[in-house]
Amino acid sequence: MIALYVIIAVVLVVALFVGITYNSLVRLRNQTQNAWAQIDVQLKRRHDLIPNLVETVKGYAAHERETLEAVTSARNLAQGAVGKGVGAQSKAEADLSGALSRLMAVVENYPDLKANQNFLALQEELTSTENKISFSRQFYNDSVLNYNNKTQMFPSNIVAGMTGFKAGEFFEIEVAAEREAPKVSFS
Amino acid sequence: MWEQIRSNQIRSVVLVVAMATVLLAVGYFIGLYFFGSGIAGLVIAIVIWVVMNLVAFFQGDRVLLALARARKIERDDHPRLYNIVEEMKIASGLEKMPDIYIIDDSALNAFATGRDSEHAAVAITSGLLQKLNRDELQGVIGHEIAHIKNRDVMLMSLCSILLGTIVILAWYATRIIFFQSMFGGRRSSSSGGGGYGQIILLVVGIVLMILAPLIAQLIYFAISRKREYLADASSAQYTRYPEGLASALEKLGASTAQLQSANQATAPMYIVNPFRKKGMAATDLSSTHPPLTERIRILRSMAGGASFADYDKAYHQVHKGGKGFVIPASALAGGGTVGLRAAQPEAAPIGSEPSKLERTREVSDLMWRMNDYRTIDCDCGTRLKVPPKLKKAKIKCPHCGQTHQL
Repeated sequence: MIALYVIIAVVLVVALFVGITYNSLVRLRNQTQNAWAQIDVQLKRRHDLIPNLVETVKGYAAHERETLEAVTSARNLAQGAVGKGVGAQSKAEADLSGALSRLMAVVENYPDLKANQNFLALQEELTSTENKISFSRQFYNDSVLNYNNKTQMFPSNIVAGMTGFKAGEFFEIEVAAEREAPKVSFS
Repeated sequence: MWEQIRSNQIRSVVLVVAMATVLLAVGYFIGLYFFGSGIAGLVIAIVIWVVMNLVAFFQGDRVLLALARARKIERDDHPRLYNIVEEMKIASGLEKMPDIYIIDDSALNAFATGRDSEHAAVAITSGLLQKLNRDELQGVIGHEIAHIKNRDVMLMSLCSILLGTIVILAWYATRIIFFQSMFGGRRSSSSGGGGYGQIILLVVGIVLMILAPLIAQLIYFAISRKREYLADASSAQYTRYPEGLASALEKLGASTAQLQSANQATAPMYIVNPFRKKGMAATDLSSTHPPLTERIRILRSMAGGASFADYDKAYHQVHKGGKGFVIPASALAGGGTVGLRAAQPEAAPIGSEPSKLERTREVSDLMWRMNDYRTIDCDCGTRLKVPPKLKKAKIKCPHCGQTHQL
């Protein structure tokens, strides 16, 4: 009789553990997905800002065509990479950051442009969008770390294995690209 | 890493329970003294407390913002501030964008309020907006967002209501006891013990009534100080740039202007104590905030990284083996290393950082606008500010004499 009670108790405890672990795994996975959605929103915002920026710069610095075209094509590539997985997207975004920082370096030679109200507003938006991208990336990576720890560490990894939770992928932007961008903070 | 704050709450709960005990003791005594039944007093105390809580829950943030004479701004009023708040909202993983309020005051201060993260607001003074650069403002906003994220806002309003109830009860009780014993017109107490019993009860009661608000206040301040450290650490973690907050706090400390609209009850909510005096010691029980110099030193000692663990290490470095954790142990576990980022070069020709002069102009324009002044840009470069009461159809530029239609 006592043995039966013990067995029932053990089964209950195990079931409770599995239930709680499963729920927290779901919560963490949802958090990473939400965090990723945040990055997407900000990346889209950046893609939307760039044509505007290019137009404004063109009005003052038309013969910097090469730099402007590089930005435009990098932006189109980055837009094309949307939805092609974390890896491909991080690379395209890193390239775009590089092209943008070169444009910003060029802009320094045009004092009239730097005094333009429209340009200043755009620049604030761009800086802030860059910050938001890096902050949402930061939050996403923290969430992924949390989630991965849960899926890989004992004992929750058993539940994760049973119910098919897979480790998430970090969103890395090449360190080299970050170093290239001291003007508008891309880090 | 984002849910560990819970463990810190155990300590807070203990302190809140201690405050509640003080409230109940006060209520019990009042009941015993005036109605001959401690239970009646308990009921009165609890009813008052619940009513105040309900009011605070649904109206508290509005009342506080109104007391601070804060006014809400939208995105277009100050895009940079809005962007910074949004950046910090993203970094902290907050679900909803808090409302942003400006206090028209040249003192440097900021606070956060709201009953939960869904109904939250951050308020900063116009002086702060003017004096701080982007990185510094980010640090300050990060600190305020951390208060929202760590649920300090709720806790602090809960505590301030407890404190308020205790103060009110004790205040009225002492006054009534005082007058009754002075003029001897005391209603006969149904306990009717008379003699020594009465006198002892009176003395104990008066001592309790005098001490209760002080005890409650000390507990309140203790809770508030701990929370400030945690918010500083969170801010460093969000921004990955502790120097931003450190240099902001330095500017806040250097400013001598006192906030006009602050009072004792709202003081712990601000990023720096609005009534601070110079040279306050770290162990000063009656201060709502840790001393600024110490907070700055801790932030500046965070050489290794921006995680909670780094903040904790810096705290102990500054305190030379002080014991206890500032940051809950569970927050330190599994944090990993968090790198710092480089400063945004302020002097960079193309950083979107406006100069000090531009910031001043920006903020003063915002304040004019918020007070319903209209601005007209004259061709000669003068900016005319037209008061809302002006009824004339035309106005003359004082510089060049050109007339403008209104």
